Amino acid sequence: MISRRTLLTATAATLAAPAIVSEVGATTAFDWKRHKGQTIVVSLTKSPRADNLQAHQKEFEALTGIKVISEQLPEQQQRPKMVMELAAGNPSFDVTHFSLHVSKRVVGAGKWLLDLRPYLADPKLTAPEFDYADFGAGAVTAITQPDGRIDSMPVETDVWLVYYNKKMLPKMPDTLDEMMQTAARLNDPKKNVYGFVGRGLKNANVPVWTSFLLGENQLTVTPDNKTLLTDTPEAIWAGQYYKDILSKYAPPGVVGFNWYECQNSFMQGNVGMWLDGVGFCPPLVDPKVSKIYDHVGVGLMPAGPKARHCAMFNDGIGIAAKSKVKDAAWLYVQWATGKQMALNLVNMGGGASPRVSTYTEPNLKPPTKEWLQTMLASLKIAEPGLPEIIPVTEFRDVFGIALTNMIGGADVASELKKATEEFKPVLAKSLQS
Amino acid sequence: MSATATTAGDLPARPHGRNYARRYWMFALPAAIVVFVVILFPWLFTIVMSLFSWQVTGKADFVGLANFNQLFHDPRFGWAVVRTLYFTVMAVAFPMVLGIWAAVCFSTKFRLRGVARTIFILPMMATPVAIGLVWTMMFHPQLGVLNYLLHLVGLPPFAWVYSVNTVIPTLVMVETWQWTPMVMLIVLGGIAGLPVDPYEAAIIDGASTWQMFRFITVPMVWPFIVFAGVMRVIDALKTFDTIFVITGGGPGTASETINMLLYQTAFGYYNLGYGSAIVLVFFALILLVSMALLALRRVQP
Repeated sequence: MISRRTLLTATAATLAAPAIVSEVGATTAFDWKRHKGQTIVVSLTKSPRADNLQAHQKEFEALTGIKVISEQLPEQQQRPKMVMELAAGNPSFDVTHFSLHVSKRVVGAGKWLLDLRPYLADPKLTAPEFDYADFGAGAVTAITQPDGRIDSMPVETDVWLVYYNKKMLPKMPDTLDEMMQTAARLNDPKKNVYGFVGRGLKNANVPVWTSFLLGENQLTVTPDNKTLLTDTPEAIWAGQYYKDILSKYAPPGVVGFNWYECQNSFMQGNVGMWLDGVGFCPPLVDPKVSKIYDHVGVGLMPAGPKARHCAMFNDGIGIAAKSKVKDAAWLYVQWATGKQMALNLVNMGGGASPRVSTYTEPNLKPPTKEWLQTMLASLKIAEPGLPEIIPVTEFRDVFGIALTNMIGGADVASELKKATEEFKPVLAKSLQS
Repeated sequence: MSATATTAGDLPARPHGRNYARRYWMFALPAAIVVFVVILFPWLFTIVMSLFSWQVTGKADFVGLANFNQLFHDPRFGWAVVRTLYFTVMAVAFPMVLGIWAAVCFSTKFRLRGVARTIFILPMMATPVAIGLVWTMMFHPQLGVLNYLLHLVGLPPFAWVYSVNTVIPTLVMVETWQWTPMVMLIVLGGIAGLPVDPYEAAIIDGASTWQMFRFITVPMVWPFIVFAGVMRVIDALKTFDTIFVITGGGPGTASETINMLLYQTAFGYYNLGYGSAIVLVFFALILLVSMALLALRRVQP
């Protein structure tokens, strides 16, 4: 016979069972709903990466029950807005997306973003499927601050390659010399046909020059980031190449071209080759906006006199240290840099995934096979396209002005010498601070 | 009921002196606080910042007048001043001439005058940033509509804002397109209030249209013209949005005015101390030019 005491104990145990099961479940299945009802504000840099995040935002909201308010701003506005708000100590956002090659050292010096290492180490806060070890070594290096802090997660790796018009040239040249010769052969201004296009606009144009400099197997600063290598014979050779190819074989007005103008010119079908980032492919192969959508070739950065490298840049996403909803924001960052979003990014042609597993996914469907193959080959030869220094914007402006002067006819060696002398004290001051 | 003259003795005693001030100062207090917080404090803080070497990522070091010393030896700043003045002179002269001419035209009666006036002032009503984006597309050397139109009439393509030689005149063209209507409206307001008699007398005396404009219209609307000129000068000196959107100060630094350099220094290089020094010098420049122009009001044409 069941005693009253036994019955009460059994009932209590039965009632408690769901809680126990729930607790057990928590150790095996990550609870994405734990911050349901909270709201986070996300600041994004206008780019295909941001388009990808916004296109799938509702999936995150359904997964977590967290409301996301996100906005995209052009990088020229978003970058200073992010830094000034973080420096003021009262940012309007919880999560911020930024270019690591521009803002990493600034946000690192200010320690304005949350150190994510404790989050990564805590299995209660980080979903097992997030798999931090899946990020490539280059991406991990890119997000790691000099003091070891990790205050962002990698969103994308941008490698530079050459888009070419297959109607005008069947195959991409293998060397920079051949590229110059091909540009000369294709160039016919009377017919409004030009051999090459690349950024001429101050600041934006520096990665084009550094891309050529990588062909001399040289960066713009020494590995310790303390000494400029911008007026060496190699830098002058790259500057001369930049001057020649843009002033002789690019469309008129190229001195004011950013990637947007280059892309438009290329899509019209009257430019042979365009050197720029891997993420600009989608409109090129879109029949609605591109006249050459079925003739777009994607080629590896040609080899220079001493080496074959392509320039590389990275995007990251971090959490404001002053955010009041850090844990909810961390869920967003995990989702935004997770495996599925990395796959979505590659499938839309928006850039290279920083995750190794993306490239073995069965659902990998890039815009073109050639684009994917070139991207993978580029990742193997990628080197930083800009120095990792705090005053990188000033670096880009000072040398960007020198490059625009070169297109206008100025002497390469004296322009680089002048720019180097002008930037030396800026770099020295930043190292002191 | 007959009206009676009011004498001073009938008025209630007017509070004055210390009592008056004591009783009413608190009414001015909210406005004074707002002025201090919104205008005075930022100015004082800017002056303080200009005396420091202040990067957003580092601590601020007192450097005295070193930022100003650097400023006067900085060729980039010198060229920015030259470009600002060059841009301002043209961006004031063209809208003023065209605006006064348009005001005279619109002051005469003709069919559909109201519709024409409305269409004429449309550019002024648009947002400068939106205007900048539209003009940027129109200026594109290969794909822009402007070069297409030149091509239709057999002219070669023009570089517009994509050449160091033509960028500032092209930006002035945008400014002229947008701000001529404002000058027209101000001057038209002056013309509308003019008496008819001097013109009738001038016609009887055999004055030509030009003589009537030169010796009657201009002197009588002179205060309006000066006012429009002062507004245009201040506006042109501080033009930012149009230049920022269309050229970003480029190509190179060919359209980098003081405002653009200031923005880039403070928010691109995060050098707040040096940026503050630029602000103060820029403010002094605007003040000087505005005072000189206001003195023109006393000069009769």
